[in-house]
Amino acid sequence: MRILEGESVTKNFGGLAAVAQVDFAVHRGEVVGLIGPNGAGKTTLFNLISGALVPKSGTIRLRGENITGLKPHLICRKGVARTFQSVKVFGHMPVHANVLVGALFGTPNRMSAEDANRETAELLEFVGLSGAGALPARDLTLANQKRLEVARALATQPEVLLLDELMAGLNPTEVAETMDLVAKIRERGITLLMIEHVMKAIMCACDRIIVLHHGKKIAEGTPQEVATSRTVVEVYLGE
Amino acid sequence: MKTPWVDVERVRVPALLLIVSALLATLTLYASTYTVIFITSVLMYIVLTMSWVLFSAPTGYISLAPAAFFGVGIYTSALLGKELPLLLVILFGGLASLCLALLVGALTLRLRGIYFAIFTFGLVELIKHLLLWYEVNMTGTRGRFVIVVDNNTIYYVMVTILVVLLLTVHLIKGSKFGLALQSIGEDEDAAAHMGVNVNRLKTVTFAASAAFVGAAGAIMATRWTYIDPYIAFDPLFSFMPVLMAIFGGLGQFYGPIIGATILAFLEEILITRFPYYYMLIFGSVLVVTILYLPDGLAGLVPKLRRRISGRKRAHSGG
Amino acid sequence: MLVTILDIVIAGLLLGGLYALIAIGLSLQYGVARVLNISHGEFIMLGALTTWSLHHALGISPLASLAVCGPVAFLLGFVIHRTLFKRLLRNSGSPAVFEANSMLASFGLLFIIQNVALITWGPEIRGYSYLAIPVDLAGALFGANRLVTLGLALAIGLAFYLFLTRTRTGKGIRAAAQDPATAALMGVDINNMLALCFALGAGMAGIAGMLISMSYPVNAGMGLEYTVIAIIVVVLGGLGSIPGSFIGGFVLGLIGSLVTYFEPGLALVAYYAIFILLLLARPTGIMGK
Repeated sequence: MRILEGESVTKNFGGLAAVAQVDFAVHRGEVVGLIGPNGAGKTTLFNLISGALVPKSGTIRLRGENITGLKPHLICRKGVARTFQSVKVFGHMPVHANVLVGALFGTPNRMSAEDANRETAELLEFVGLSGAGALPARDLTLANQKRLEVARALATQPEVLLLDELMAGLNPTEVAETMDLVAKIRERGITLLMIEHVMKAIMCACDRIIVLHHGKKIAEGTPQEVATSRTVVEVYLGE
Repeated sequence: MKTPWVDVERVRVPALLLIVSALLATLTLYASTYTVIFITSVLMYIVLTMSWVLFSAPTGYISLAPAAFFGVGIYTSALLGKELPLLLVILFGGLASLCLALLVGALTLRLRGIYFAIFTFGLVELIKHLLLWYEVNMTGTRGRFVIVVDNNTIYYVMVTILVVLLLTVHLIKGSKFGLALQSIGEDEDAAAHMGVNVNRLKTVTFAASAAFVGAAGAIMATRWTYIDPYIAFDPLFSFMPVLMAIFGGLGQFYGPIIGATILAFLEEILITRFPYYYMLIFGSVLVVTILYLPDGLAGLVPKLRRRISGRKRAHSGG
Repeated sequence: MLVTILDIVIAGLLLGGLYALIAIGLSLQYGVARVLNISHGEFIMLGALTTWSLHHALGISPLASLAVCGPVAFLLGFVIHRTLFKRLLRNSGSPAVFEANSMLASFGLLFIIQNVALITWGPEIRGYSYLAIPVDLAGALFGANRLVTLGLALAIGLAFYLFLTRTRTGKGIRAAAQDPATAALMGVDINNMLALCFALGAGMAGIAGMLISMSYPVNAGMGLEYTVIAIIVVVLGGLGSIPGSFIGGFVLGLIGSLVTYFEPGLALVAYYAIFILLLLARPTGIMGK
């Protein structure tokens, strides 16, 4: 069942097409990778899905419902959450307060303060930050801040989670740990759409991969298919 | 070892509050008229400062509009003072400012913070010009007379406004809305993506802060018997709350209150002794504070505490 | 009918020249030095009242006062930047923090300067008559002083344009306005550049004040309104765009003239309406980035 799909999604900046008539579909329970060289339009596509940007044309649907151009807070409450490429935690607020915001405001149905606090504690444990609850978020290491972003996003009870370069800037150990986390999120039944440059992670974790280049979708398929696709190889080697 | 009968630490703040409240509640019984008038001014400045803090501190949106809302409150008083009982006049003053703030907020809070600051900065001039034009062309009069209210009543109204304001600030801070406001100040995009309706929350909070300023303006107007657009819309009333909040320090609840109190006292001294220099001095206080004391007086407290406890440790060490 | 339109246009250009000058000054300060100087109008006021004093006490012609107002305002701006804003830049953790702090600091500066002016000149409205000879243009009469103002504003605008495009320092300024980091790497002396631009902005304000005093009455409280107008023009032309401010000044002047023809006293209100409409429709302004 298609939980998230886009039809002919287009976004221009000035005269440049950042995303050009991209069609995509993500099925419930899938882990889909979104790859492409820098500037291919991947984060822009995320921004269009999450509501941070409004497409020039095209439609985006969640569970069949048209969510094109809705404000971010509404899209969040409908079940799409995300992390950010440049980590955007609430720096001066304590770690648990970061997650609490998501739990109190982003869920489809209002949660009581008690439930929200409980949910927060559970999620901090889930991502491995239980001991850090009282620390200001900016005091965490980069890897931990990324985990905090994940916990915060999960607090909104999403059905679809958009992960934007979760592995960027992490050392090999941290990458492995993050891959475990991604697997655990998948086990919870959440559909994942991941932008990644770390090829190993993408190839191992994803069911399907979509490749963007200059704003256009140039390839789509299983990791195997994409890895052997001549178009993709050319694009990456030609860069 | 004897355990203390009263846990001094925990009782300290509530006790202080109780004493201050008792003193304020009974002020008119023991203080001179001059003192009552003066304390009313001090309380007014605390209202202006804390309303500014209510919105601008957590969200980081610097509002330079308090003077505009104050003026709206003043004019409401002038317009309705003869028709309606005092309490309604105050409420309408707050309501008028609230409506203006809703309009301004809806228009400008969706923009970047700098545009909001710019817009609110010019708002005082804008409304002043609008009113002047209206008075010259439509009503043919310049300025209005305000009803006279006795000083004790003014005092108690101001106390009430302040109490309601402080309660509001305290409640918001501890609630999920306070959390949301903070998250907006930290990272507005991220907050929006976590389900916070940022535009609505900003606008509502801005409007709430304006309401208190408007109410304060409505009651203070009764002290001046005659007002006109120049008197009512004075940029000074945008400057003072900002100065007092920054000087006092935004890090603690009491910071802006202390800042407002100290500077209100200073103003009183300066106006009587050096009436030609007080804006110079206050302007300098702001500049010096921003340069050398960015966290304000409240920011000094943790530093002083550390210095004191540091010294203690040095002495008790081996 | 045509005569009326021409009158409005010419009046608009006269006003516009002045607005363009004030706006370029503020644009330099915000665009390069990143200081939203809300005390800009006070520098204008200082220029105006200084000119009045020189004329009133020593009989010096305002045009000659140019030699005093401009450089003195420039120097004042330079000193203020070096002592205040430069230090603030060092203390501020991020550009956003600096922007907020410098705006607030300039708020304090506003009251300091205004108070100094009140002490020096008192609150009375001052004025003098200079070149108030009527000149007939397209059927309407305009004061020669206002024509001189336009002429000077254009001349200064042109001179400044040449300065920006032909001289080394000018090119450095444009580079710094576009991209301070890269400009620094390319050898532009950024520290001095910021102070220079701030000072130039102040100098222009001083000159604008002199020009205003030739045609209008002046007093210690006149600054605020001009600051608001300058800000509106700068936003109209695109925050940080110097050519945009120049054009925006004339656009606003024309609008002001038109509105004043129908309803004098509502000019500022009209400016504000345009301001808010523009911000909502196109926050980057006419020529903004």
